[in-house]
Amino acid sequence: MLTALLVMTGIALLLGAGLGFASIKFKVEGDPLVDKIDAILPQTQCGQCGFPGCRPYANAIAGGEAEINQCPPGGEEGIRKLADLLGREFKPLSEEHGVEKPKSVAVIDEVTCIGCTLCIQACPVDAIVGAAKQMHTIIAADCTGCELCLAPCPVDCIAMEPIAETVDTWKWRYPVFQIKQAA
Amino acid sequence: MLRKLFKFHGGVKPQTNKEQSTTAPIAPVPLPDRLVIPLHQSVGGPPRPQVQPGDRVFKGQRIGAADGNLSSAVHASTSGIVRDVVPAVMPHTSGLTTLSVVIEPDGEDRWGELDRINVRAATPDELRDYLRDAGVVGLGGAVFPSHLKLKPGKEGSLDTLVINGAECEPFITCDDMLMRERATDMLKGISAMRHMLQARDVLIGIEDNKPEALAAVQAAITASGEKGIEAIAIPTRYPAGGAKQLIRVLTGIEVPHGRRSTDFGVQCFNVGTAYSIHEALEHGRPLVSRLVTVAGNVNAPRNYEVLIGTPMDHVVRLAGAHPDTDRYIMGGPMMGVRMPAFDVPVVKATNCILVGSPALFPPPPPEMPCIRCGECAKACPADLAPFEMYWFSRARNFGKTQEYHLFDCIECGCCSFVCPSHIPLVDYFRFSKSEIWAREREKEAADTARERFEFKNLRQEREKQEKAEKLAAKAAATREKVAGETATPAAATAAKPSGDDAKRALIEAAMEKARQQKAQAAPKNVDVTSPDVQAEMAAIDARRRAAEPPTEPPPPAGQA
Repeated sequence: MLTALLVMTGIALLLGAGLGFASIKFKVEGDPLVDKIDAILPQTQCGQCGFPGCRPYANAIAGGEAEINQCPPGGEEGIRKLADLLGREFKPLSEEHGVEKPKSVAVIDEVTCIGCTLCIQACPVDAIVGAAKQMHTIIAADCTGCELCLAPCPVDCIAMEPIAETVDTWKWRYPVFQIKQAA
Repeated sequence: MLRKLFKFHGGVKPQTNKEQSTTAPIAPVPLPDRLVIPLHQSVGGPPRPQVQPGDRVFKGQRIGAADGNLSSAVHASTSGIVRDVVPAVMPHTSGLTTLSVVIEPDGEDRWGELDRINVRAATPDELRDYLRDAGVVGLGGAVFPSHLKLKPGKEGSLDTLVINGAECEPFITCDDMLMRERATDMLKGISAMRHMLQARDVLIGIEDNKPEALAAVQAAITASGEKGIEAIAIPTRYPAGGAKQLIRVLTGIEVPHGRRSTDFGVQCFNVGTAYSIHEALEHGRPLVSRLVTVAGNVNAPRNYEVLIGTPMDHVVRLAGAHPDTDRYIMGGPMMGVRMPAFDVPVVKATNCILVGSPALFPPPPPEMPCIRCGECAKACPADLAPFEMYWFSRARNFGKTQEYHLFDCIECGCCSFVCPSHIPLVDYFRFSKSEIWAREREKEAADTARERFEFKNLRQEREKQEKAEKLAAKAAATREKVAGETATPAAATAAKPSGDDAKRALIEAAMEKARQQKAQAAPKNVDVTSPDVQAEMAAIDARRRAAEPPTEPPPPAGQA
């Protein structure tokens, strides 16, 4: 009886020590799920989802506070990926958060620009160059097309232009599936 | 000497249709009315334009400079006047435009001053830079800049230099004719490459359906007396002209997934590339023309020496296209792509203009379901399982297609050729590849955006903190100063001013400072004015001083 008790206690202590060690040694900083969700989100940082940036939205999804269909730039494909990752049901994009648009970049009408720097402060990715009373311009390569610079502009000199397809970005179309031979 | 040849997996034997275009020698093409030279012709960044509308250019003048080392220059193909630098439709299935230089020839076709290089004295690095600026790219079809491939591997030397004269694709005979007519010059180019790569052996692989070319190359080798170069007849089987397939046939080396042939001491070049390297190094002539086969639905299929930028229909007219022509295909029937228009320019990648008609290339029978017969896997020269990749491509499951090594697919078309269900397998693979590339680009952009966003937040946080620290430091400094000032006269009454006193003292100090600043402030923007204006300002000041009652004694300077 005593032997059995001792053996069981010994095993319990050993396993407890092992678990304790493992929890310190293999501790994961932060929530790995948030990182996975963040990797799917398009990183436009546009805030259309109602959260200040993609990471806060990822946090909210992981915490169950937000739906997966609130990201218009990610579009239907983004929602499908999130649904796959989280094992949730696919939902169409929620209309109150916006509609899916073709990828665009902001363009400043440099004649109209008065150099107020408001758009520079609004840009989440520092993709606008300029200084007070100097003309501003957009670094097109870094612009995510979030449209956050449109609202602050006092002279409405910023417009969104869809990105034109080039030979380098052109994609082969999905082969047309011909069911019946054309007459 | 009998050499042991190896076999590659799969392959097909389509009808070659090569005899028609090899009966007549290579013909020149009269100058067209205008040349449209796309600046973006090889991989890497698009070259920067070096000319403006209205400029006079000479033949061989550089009109687009290589953008970085992973790019290649572009040159004017004839002398004339630059009419425009505008986006023009390029020979690409998409029908999209790219920045092009439009040249109106002056009819003289005069070479400009060419910068020459001493091949014997130059270092390999100088030769590589020279070839980059001469716009020499692989003429087999991939148009990869040649200077990037002309680097020996890590050991500093190469075992085998493989020269690709297989030309396995039906209808195309430009390499065949080049070897027949220009074998000696081509061989000189090969010697230069061999020197740059420090290659021990050179193997020239030629399919055995080109006995004339083989004989010409062998005669040239004997005449040159160079050792270690061999022209070898290989069995005719499509795609023996694929780089990996040819290396396998000639050396027995199978280059595995994710490795390069240079890791195994082998490098492969096309015969046309060898010829243009000779032209560049020996005569200083950049790549401004190439051999193009015109075949298919024409009266007289033939090979032409075509200036880069010549409209395709201008060349086809010489061969006499039949009236029922409905399309041009750039390349052969297996790998070629349909052109969006008849007047797209000939570029460095154009080895063949295949003129098509509904009679010659009837529309494919309707696609039927895959029966998983495995014929495509048997025919695949890259040892892939096309039916699996097809399945996942159709379902847009791109991760899985990559697991089946989609990017090892060379798009040779053997699988589509043998498919009993007439499935356009290569179209599916091209679709998957471009989708995957697009995703990679998107992911890269997202990563950059995330990084920049996080940095901006960090920066704003830091700026806020720095501002707060600065303010605190300033306030502390002023408090100390005020404390010091008040402490000396009133040291006897109070050792330390109380909180209220300190605050009052601070406010007083700030007000005193402001008063001083106001008194000191001189009007700005007056120090650069002309003497006239300064005199005028002095007069105004004097009037104002006279009008105002003197509340303060005038400054000592005024009294003197």
